Amino acid sequence: MSQFVLHKGNTRGHANHGWLDAHHSFSFAGYYHPERMNFGVLRVLNDDRIDGGKGFGAHPHDNMEIITIPLEGALAHKDSLGTASVIQHGDIQVMSAGTGVSHSEFNANEDRAVKLLQIWLFPNKKNVSPRYDQLTLNVDERHNHFQQILSPNADDAGVWIHQDAWFSLGKFDKDFESTYQIKKAGNGVYAFVISGEVTIDGQILGQRDALGIWETDSISFKANTADAEVLLMDVPMSL
Amino acid sequence: MKVTILYIGRDPEITVVMQRLLNTREEWTGLTVCTDAEAVAICEAQPLDLVLLGNGITEDEEHELRKALTNLRPGLKIIQHYGGGSGLLYGEIAGALQ
Repeated sequence: MSQFVLHKGNTRGHANHGWLDAHHSFSFAGYYHPERMNFGVLRVLNDDRIDGGKGFGAHPHDNMEIITIPLEGALAHKDSLGTASVIQHGDIQVMSAGTGVSHSEFNANEDRAVKLLQIWLFPNKKNVSPRYDQLTLNVDERHNHFQQILSPNADDAGVWIHQDAWFSLGKFDKDFESTYQIKKAGNGVYAFVISGEVTIDGQILGQRDALGIWETDSISFKANTADAEVLLMDVPMSL
Repeated sequence: MKVTILYIGRDPEITVVMQRLLNTREEWTGLTVCTDAEAVAICEAQPLDLVLLGNGITEDEEHELRKALTNLRPGLKIIQHYGGGSGLLYGEIAGALQ
């Protein structure tokens, strides 16, 4: 029988630093909740708004798979691997921190905010060589379809990471119904509603609500409103 | 009560950042090293509440470190630190010390 955990959007950790307004689905920085530490290997899901021209100066990471998905605006990235790039809505960025990498992230625009999801997964292999990648996705492919945007395989759709995880994004018309098959036995799915209202396995979820489901091989999905947008994170449940 | 935390990691830049982060909270005293020999010397010299294993430590090195440190201080808590920065640090330490 499947298990689930419901995280309503308004129960997330919240930190408003003025230039940065962040909501944390799991314990992060000054937000600590012992029952909100992770969902399997999914350790961080931050929903950030960064003011124009502001951002995070150079800071290091290690042994973490870091995925950034801009929702609005553009984010400028520089790192110790020599990467200098800008990502925007429709792109996905991945950084395998491995043995150590330093990077900065700034709003690429002065006059408007950037909104983004930043997601950290524990890697399946420690101390790998750091790497960076980004990809522009065809957003039309996610209309009434879960578009795969990340996998463990370099030759599969989307970016790849050092973990047996698959991410999919979908944007749906009202009343569209579907079933998502979990990619690997033992994985669970953390479904995060970016916008609109949906029903997943009988649970009604509004904007920024999330449902984690495991011990099952599929989930049922229905969009209750027009332009419902959902991110599915299919991840191993044990490290 | 103040707790003493030792961070061991191979990347000097990350170690500098960890030194700063571990000493930003009043209740923590942070010590950081890049080599296992330094870690063992510190463990011999003073009591520790928690050891964080950071980047670049191989499985074999981790095994040896755990053995050496717990021989010196039986019951010493040793955990993995992920992320290399402030994001996960408080949760890792609070969880380990609870």
